[in-house]
Amino acid sequence: MKLSGSDIIVRTLIEQGCDVVFGYPGGQIINVYDSLYKYQDELKHVLTAHEQGAAHAADGYARATGKVGVVIATSGPGATNLVTGIATAYLDSVPIVAITGNVPSSGIGTDSFQEIDITGITLPITKHNYFVGSVENLADTIRDAFRLAQSGRPGPVLIDVPKDVQIATCEYEPQPPVQPDEKQAAKDVRIEQAAACINEAKRPFVYFGGGLMAGEAKEELLTLADKIDAPIGCSMMGISGVPTDHPRFLGMQGMHGHYACSMAMHKADCIIALGVRFNDRVTGNRAKFAKGAKIVHIDIDGAELSKTINAAHGLRGDVKKTLQKLLPLLDKQERPKWQEKIAQLRREETESADNREGMTPRAVLNVLNRHLGENTPVATDVGQHQMWTAQHAKFKHDRRFISSGGLGTMGFGMGAAIGAQMGTDEHTVLVTGDGSFGMCLNELATAVSENVPLVVLLLNNGVLGMVRQWQTLFFDKHYSNTVLDRKTDFVKLAEAFGAKGLRATTLDELDAALGEAFSTNGPCVVECFIDKDEFVLPMLPPGGSMDDIIVRMGD
Amino acid sequence: MNRFTVAILVNNQFGVLNRVTSMFRRRQFNISSLTVSETESTDFSRITVQSEGDEISKQQLINQLYKLPDVRSVVELDPLETVSRELLLIKVEHSPENQSEIRAASDAYEGKIVDYTKDAMIIQMVGDSRKIDNFLDLMKDFTILEICRTGVVSLERGAVTIQRVTNL
Repeated sequence: MKLSGSDIIVRTLIEQGCDVVFGYPGGQIINVYDSLYKYQDELKHVLTAHEQGAAHAADGYARATGKVGVVIATSGPGATNLVTGIATAYLDSVPIVAITGNVPSSGIGTDSFQEIDITGITLPITKHNYFVGSVENLADTIRDAFRLAQSGRPGPVLIDVPKDVQIATCEYEPQPPVQPDEKQAAKDVRIEQAAACINEAKRPFVYFGGGLMAGEAKEELLTLADKIDAPIGCSMMGISGVPTDHPRFLGMQGMHGHYACSMAMHKADCIIALGVRFNDRVTGNRAKFAKGAKIVHIDIDGAELSKTINAAHGLRGDVKKTLQKLLPLLDKQERPKWQEKIAQLRREETESADNREGMTPRAVLNVLNRHLGENTPVATDVGQHQMWTAQHAKFKHDRRFISSGGLGTMGFGMGAAIGAQMGTDEHTVLVTGDGSFGMCLNELATAVSENVPLVVLLLNNGVLGMVRQWQTLFFDKHYSNTVLDRKTDFVKLAEAFGAKGLRATTLDELDAALGEAFSTNGPCVVECFIDKDEFVLPMLPPGGSMDDIIVRMGD
Repeated sequence: MNRFTVAILVNNQFGVLNRVTSMFRRRQFNISSLTVSETESTDFSRITVQSEGDEISKQQLINQLYKLPDVRSVVELDPLETVSRELLLIKVEHSPENQSEIRAASDAYEGKIVDYTKDAMIIQMVGDSRKIDNFLDLMKDFTILEICRTGVVSLERGAVTIQRVTNL
């Protein structure tokens, strides 16, 4: 049948299994919005307050479901407003497809009203992008974008469609959803070498990141750890990849990682790293990072192997398929001495735990934990509250910790939480701070309009806490521009948006407020107060090693 | 630091060169020579890149290239197994006193004088980069007005082709 380009866009999205898109209309995408109107029974469109929120929502949807998230925006400022969202998805390998309108082909290159070179702008922050020159290529371009977004290491793809291509017509034949490219295991010889290395190890440590979830390799990872009797740790992107209470799991490693986890990795003689990229927040000083360990690094992206640290064994391949080939080659081992060391590290961590009375970050998160269901997505913004959530929130199922790791995008949380809620249909939580929340709180309007069951737990300390912490430690307490001292009344603000607003000044009040928030069918902001001089601990100073770890305030 | 040469087969599409060079810039690869041309197939263009770096940086460059969907194949060219050529055009001032010396140098390097006026001549020369570097060194004794080099193009010796290696 003959359809217009805009109809083809919407029909192809439906054909590819897309059930919700996030976006914002405008002059050069108006035809697509007319098609969305036409097909509104088959494809839901969520209107956000700002294109950035729409991009984060598509991202949150994709993180929580593993499916491709879709965002639509107009040309010019609509397109540039997506940039932070696309970059966030790129750094965390999240599959999203962004569709932007552009001025008619005849106006391209002439600096027309709201014309911008968005394919040029997004070149370094997308896996690939397309400028669609002809309506005949439109459907296949969208299909290819879906394939590419999900294949190998996932990531964002952008499609820029000039207005005349949206208007032009051509034949359209529906096709089945595209399949990602077939995944390959690493080369056999590499797997054999890696197996020999692991078999010789005395103190192995299994370490995973977001690639474990993208590769759906949780079962293989747990079998591996059992077989070689190793502890498990993760990067921030790996959180929720295995249940928090798994007996082998030591938590998050890195700058603000759990003490036992970071120390165990430091003491290990073999690190089996699965779907990670050894970011600087993980390694600290690379010259001193895990010096005694041989690293077996398995990643689907060959460019990650030996990019930042020199792995003894770099295996390019799908984590799941590679582990399936690796497991039979490994000796079943028991390591009582290593496990005793791990137990001792755990005791040290417990001894240094923050057990102060009152509204400490840890106590607040522990109250929140009582309200989390098995499948509750917990989104965060970026800063101290994010690290506290990463350290203390408890997860049962994977893809439930929704947080901007690589780019560290303040303002990510509101959009992402809305997207995660829509992808999972679970009552969702956003843990945020007053700094981050201030950046994109406009999306409260979206949450209210869509009646999203969302608990916004706002840890208000009146400062930009993470930067303040650095200023305290490394800049002689020069609190340059980190004291917000705003007069915003967040409860009234929530109410002004049409949401519920609650305030808690004690842990008991917080417990009651969260109870009420979770029984509210719609968004509810719960504000609680944290001291401005709380630290995220432990902390590895930037460029430091485990020998420089700060465990307690005053250290 | 070693110099190495990489041949890249890419889809012959609008903007592909920009994608490749944008990646080089973004990852701060140091490129000393880059040539692009059409190939035996209208579907593909061939990019030849010379860069300098250690083994890790070289592998990183190749791996990052493979991540670009428009890249079909990448081959590192072994200098011993490769024929490499570039073209030089050099414009030098001459006078009755030195023109025979310039001609002799050009002849020794199999150069060709392609433009000759009262004050200046243009010499054209084809060869590998080292030959051209050496000739330029000789010409420094004279007054060089302009130099233009095409950058290196390379083919592997024998029947092997770059299309054998595909981007999986």
